[in-house]
Amino acid sequence: MTMGSDPVVADPGPRTTRTGPDPIAWVRANLFSSWRNTAATLVIAYLLWKLLLPFLDWALVRAVWWSPDAKACRAEASGACWALIADKHRFMLFGTYPFDAQWRPALASLIFVTLYVVSALRACWRPWLALIWLAGLSAIGVLMWGGVFGLAYVENERWGGLALTLLLATFGIAFAFPLSILLALARRSTMPIIRWLAIGYIELIRGVPLISLLFMASVMLPLFLPEGVTIDKLLRAQIAMILFAAAYLAEVVRGGLQAIPRGQYEAAQAVGLSYWKTMGFIVLPQALRISIPPLVNTFIGFFKDTSLVLIIGLFDLLTTVKVSLTEPKWTGFGVEAYLFASAVYFIFCFAMSRYSQALEASLAAGQARTMGKGTA
Amino acid sequence: MIELSRVNKWYGDFHALKDVDLKVGKGEKVVVCGPSGSGKSTMIRLINRLETHQAGRIVVDGIELTDDLKAVDAIRREVGMVFQSFNLFPHLTVMENLTLAPIWVRKMPKRAAEEHAAHFLERVRIPEQADKYPGQLSGGQQQRVAIARALCMRPKVMLFDEPTSALDPEMIKEVLDVMIELAHEGMTMVCVTHEMGFAKTVADRVVFMDQGEIVEAAPPNDFFEAPQTDRAKLFLSQILGH
Repeated sequence: MTMGSDPVVADPGPRTTRTGPDPIAWVRANLFSSWRNTAATLVIAYLLWKLLLPFLDWALVRAVWWSPDAKACRAEASGACWALIADKHRFMLFGTYPFDAQWRPALASLIFVTLYVVSALRACWRPWLALIWLAGLSAIGVLMWGGVFGLAYVENERWGGLALTLLLATFGIAFAFPLSILLALARRSTMPIIRWLAIGYIELIRGVPLISLLFMASVMLPLFLPEGVTIDKLLRAQIAMILFAAAYLAEVVRGGLQAIPRGQYEAAQAVGLSYWKTMGFIVLPQALRISIPPLVNTFIGFFKDTSLVLIIGLFDLLTTVKVSLTEPKWTGFGVEAYLFASAVYFIFCFAMSRYSQALEASLAAGQARTMGKGTA
Repeated sequence: MIELSRVNKWYGDFHALKDVDLKVGKGEKVVVCGPSGSGKSTMIRLINRLETHQAGRIVVDGIELTDDLKAVDAIRREVGMVFQSFNLFPHLTVMENLTLAPIWVRKMPKRAAEEHAAHFLERVRIPEQADKYPGQLSGGQQQRVAIARALCMRPKVMLFDEPTSALDPEMIKEVLDVMIELAHEGMTMVCVTHEMGFAKTVADRVVFMDQGEIVEAAPPNDFFEAPQTDRAKLFLSQILGH
C-alpha cells in the first residue's frame, strides 16, 4: 500500500458531517453518501414498507378498540382486537383480586413505581430513603392484605397480575442484592470455610434451573416441614427467587470486586481502615459502579423470570394474560394479549436499561479514572 | 522506633528476605536502595504488615507485629505509607480522601478532620485542589495528596515506597521538596528511592540491599564516596554512571 492509493484518508468522513438543521444535507450525508449506503437505505426502506405498514394497518387502522362481546373482532377484515385488552385489563393487571377492591393493588403498583422513581434520583440517596422504602413497602402490605383500617382482608392466593409481578421482582431484588454482595465477599474471603460455603452455594444454585427451585419450594419444602407448620406459597416462591437471583448477582459483584486494583486495598489498610470499612467505603463503591451494566442486565432478566411462578400456580402478569384467553369469546386473540404483556414488561425493562446508562454517565462525570500515571 | 531482627520472608521457594536486621530511631531518616528485586519494597511493606514475615521479629513503636489484628491496627494508625502508584481513592474527592481515615479510624468530628486536612493540603502546596477528584490532578499533585493523606493520620513514622518512580521527570522535584520539608520537621522516615540527591540531603543512613540481604548501611557521604562492597560499587556505577 502506498500513501497515494488511499485518498479517502484525508476525507473527514461523510457520516460525521452533520451540517446543522439542513435536512436534505443530512439525508444525503447519512443515508446516500455512497452506493453501499444508498443500497442499504433502499433495502431497509423496502422492508419497512413491506413489514411496518401492514403491521400499523393491522394494529391501528383496522383495529377493533371496543367490542364487549368480541363480535366485531371476528368480523371479516378486522385488525387487531384491542377490545380484548379493554375488556380484560382489570383481570390482567390485578388477577383474581376482588373486583371492587382492585383500587388497592392499583395503588400498590403506583407506590412501587413511585419508589423506583424516588430511588432513581441521586438527590434522594440519603439515609432517609431507607425509611421511605420501609413506609412504602408497609403501605403496600397493608393495601394488599387489608384486615386493618376498614380494608377487607384479601388472602394472597388471590393476588395476581402486574401487582404480583412487581411485588416478586421488587422484594426479590431488594433482598437478593445485599445477599449477593455478602456472597461475593465471602467467595473472596481468606477464610477457607466461608469461601467454600459461598462457592458451594453459588455453584449449586446456579447449576439448577429456576423452575426446579420453584418446584422444590412449592412441592418439596412442605414435605420437610413439621406437621402443622405451613409457609405461605407466595412466600416460598419469593424466597426461592431471592436465593436464585442472589447466586447470579454474586458472580456479577465478584467480577466488579476483581477489577479493583490491589493498591486500593493496600492504601485502605495502610490508613488503618478495617475490613468492613475498606469494603464499604473504598472497594464496593468502585466495584458496584463498574458492575452497573451486568447488574442491570441481571435485574432485567430477573424481572422477566418472575413469570416462571406460573408453574406453581401463582397468577403473575403473564399468567393472567394467558388465562384471559381461555374465556371462549376471546380465544384466538393471543397475539394481542401477548403484545400487551410484552409492552408492559418492555416498559419496565427499558426504563431500567435507560436509567442504568444515565447513572453510569453521571457517575463517570467529573472523576475520569487515571490510575497510576496520572496527567491532567 | 522500628526494629527488625533476623527477619525472613519467602514467596514459595523464593527467599525474598534473608536475616534482615534494621533499627530506625525516632526522627531518623533512612533511605533504602538497591537493584530491583532486592527486597527493599518487601521490607518496608513488612513494617505496616502489607506483607507478613515468616521468621524473625518486627517491633514498631514498642508493639510487636504478630497475627494479632489489634496490634496490626495499632501500628497502622501510627505508620503512614506512600505508594509508588499513589493509590488514591478515585471515587472520592481529594478532601474525602484525606478525611476518610481520620473520621472513621481516629473518630475525629467531620469539621475538625476537614480543617486538619486543609492544613496538610496547604503544606503540600495544593490547597486549591480539595474538591477535585484524583483523576483530575497531575501525577505530582496526586502523590502530594497521597502524602497529605498519610500525614492526616498524624503518623509517627512515614514509609515511602518509591514515591517518585511513577512520575514524569518534571514532577519529581515538587514531591521531593515536600518530603525534604517533612524530613526537616523531624519525621521518622524510611524511604525506598533511587533519588540519590534526596538521600544526600536528608538521609542519616543509606541502606543498600541486594538479593534479599542488607549488604551495607552507612551515612550517605560514606556510602556514596566509599562503598565497602563490590555489589554496592556496581550498583552505584550503574545508577550514577549516566
